[in-house]
Amino acid sequence: MMGSSEALLSVENLTMMYGERVGCQNISFDLWPGEVLGIVGESGSGKSTLLSCISGQMEPTKGAIKYNTRAADMRDLFEELSEPERRFLMRTDWAFVHQNPRDGLRMGVSAGANIGERLMAVGWRHYGNIRNTATQWLDKVEITDDRLDDLPTTFSGGMQQRLQIARNLVTNPRLVFMDEPTGGLDVSVQAKLLDLLRGLVQDLGLSVVIVTHDLAVARLLSHRLMVMQQGEVVETGLTDQVLDDPQHPYTQLLVSSILQA
Amino acid sequence: MSNNALFKSEYNFAYLDEQTKRMIRRAILKAVAIPGYQVPFAGREMPMPYGWGTGGVQVSAAILDPKDTLKVIDQGSDDTTNAVSIRQFFAKTANVVTTEKTNAATIIQTRHRIPESPLSENQILVYQVPIPEPLRFLEPRETETRKMHALEEYGLMHVKLYEDISRHGHIATTYAYPVKVDGRYVMDPSPTPKFDNPKMDMCPALQLFGAGREKRIYAIPPYTKVESLDFEDHPFEIQKWEENCAMCGAEETFLDEVILDDQGTHMFVCSDSDHCNSRQEKGFRGTANQDDLVKAMEAAQ
Repeated sequence: MMGSSEALLSVENLTMMYGERVGCQNISFDLWPGEVLGIVGESGSGKSTLLSCISGQMEPTKGAIKYNTRAADMRDLFEELSEPERRFLMRTDWAFVHQNPRDGLRMGVSAGANIGERLMAVGWRHYGNIRNTATQWLDKVEITDDRLDDLPTTFSGGMQQRLQIARNLVTNPRLVFMDEPTGGLDVSVQAKLLDLLRGLVQDLGLSVVIVTHDLAVARLLSHRLMVMQQGEVVETGLTDQVLDDPQHPYTQLLVSSILQA
Repeated sequence: MSNNALFKSEYNFAYLDEQTKRMIRRAILKAVAIPGYQVPFAGREMPMPYGWGTGGVQVSAAILDPKDTLKVIDQGSDDTTNAVSIRQFFAKTANVVTTEKTNAATIIQTRHRIPESPLSENQILVYQVPIPEPLRFLEPRETETRKMHALEEYGLMHVKLYEDISRHGHIATTYAYPVKVDGRYVMDPSPTPKFDNPKMDMCPALQLFGAGREKRIYAIPPYTKVESLDFEDHPFEIQKWEENCAMCGAEETFLDEVILDDQGTHMFVCSDSDHCNSRQEKGFRGTANQDDLVKAMEAAQ
């Protein structure tokens, strides 16, 4: 599973306070290349706060987030990288898949322009090449290429989510953050999307941090699981281990609350 | 110094008070120092509505000297409402000589055209700008567009051009065509037709841009590189017409379509009225302006 002996992302004692209130606290973990880490927990347990911090969108109150950049070795996101460097990482090496595709897509421009945006941001200036790459990516996310010039507003929810994924993966990122990627979709579309995601993650060797409250999603996608409650990690381990033999009372509650079909 | 009939000595020279003019000049100096960068300034209320050139008028007022000769054009024309009223405004408040001749002017305030005849080093071109931010229609947040300028994140501008090509098969943006100034800032050249973009490149005259409602001033210093953004396989092109000017026969000018009746008859004429008139004075004639035709029309009247 580990292609390299060094972690891609390393989080040490991360704490995020909203004034007096705790967002999340004392969180430490390493993410290895090619690994999919699931973060599960109920609403308000600090999953999204953690994700915002480690994806560089919010500076944590305390703690270090180190990323293994392509150029140098481990560098702290907020201490050792400038804002331009951080923003550059966000649109090249990283990807962020939002729960609501409307947050991650540019709704006013066509699917092709959505996919091409990141390419143009890193300096692609050949219309034909951008368009070809966009077509290939539409194909990879199972959208027919005659929808290339259509606006995302004309797409179904599942298609919008797949378009968002294509738009994010087009620059071959190494690290993908996902916030409830299957959130608003019906069950059959969810299953298809998960299948697609699993294939892409394997083919491209992506490292993924995926936040979800859906244990089925976590079981299907992630290698390792972190269970959060009230801003703290209460249990961590291999996915099957955590789900089949939960140790912490909260995890036991969570696992037993799944409806058995 | 002309003592024109309009002049009213009660006004401070060029309407604005001296402190305001100093403030605007400081903004202009900063704008010239950083080509293409939008400098905020404390824009004043002017005695005309926003959208009528309040930004351009403030810039002109701040740089105007009693010895200057002023020309004002509106879509290339000297005799449309906006041009006439701004020319009269400065005749009334600054008592400066006004002209319709491009070559005789030292300051040319323009609404959306650059004169056809080449400008020189001792001229200043002042543009009236409605929306100075080229990224505005793609990114509505001012905080974000400022950051994008600061970090030179201009990929989004090409998204707009991409979208143009995918919808129309070519870059369909014909005015306010984005340019990169001095290899650094992406700038909106105000809604001038893209026909005029090449004239901005290495122009000997100083070009100043004033946006009154948005309270921004920006500039292109003389002899500055101005590139129009494009794709490698869809290079920047200016508009072309199949006809020549019907009045002066000019082949390489920006033409306006003029509707002649309600049967769909139309003709194309130079948008730059001074250029067209001076060509006609030199004896150039277009199809609608032949001597026998003119005589026939006069006879009919």
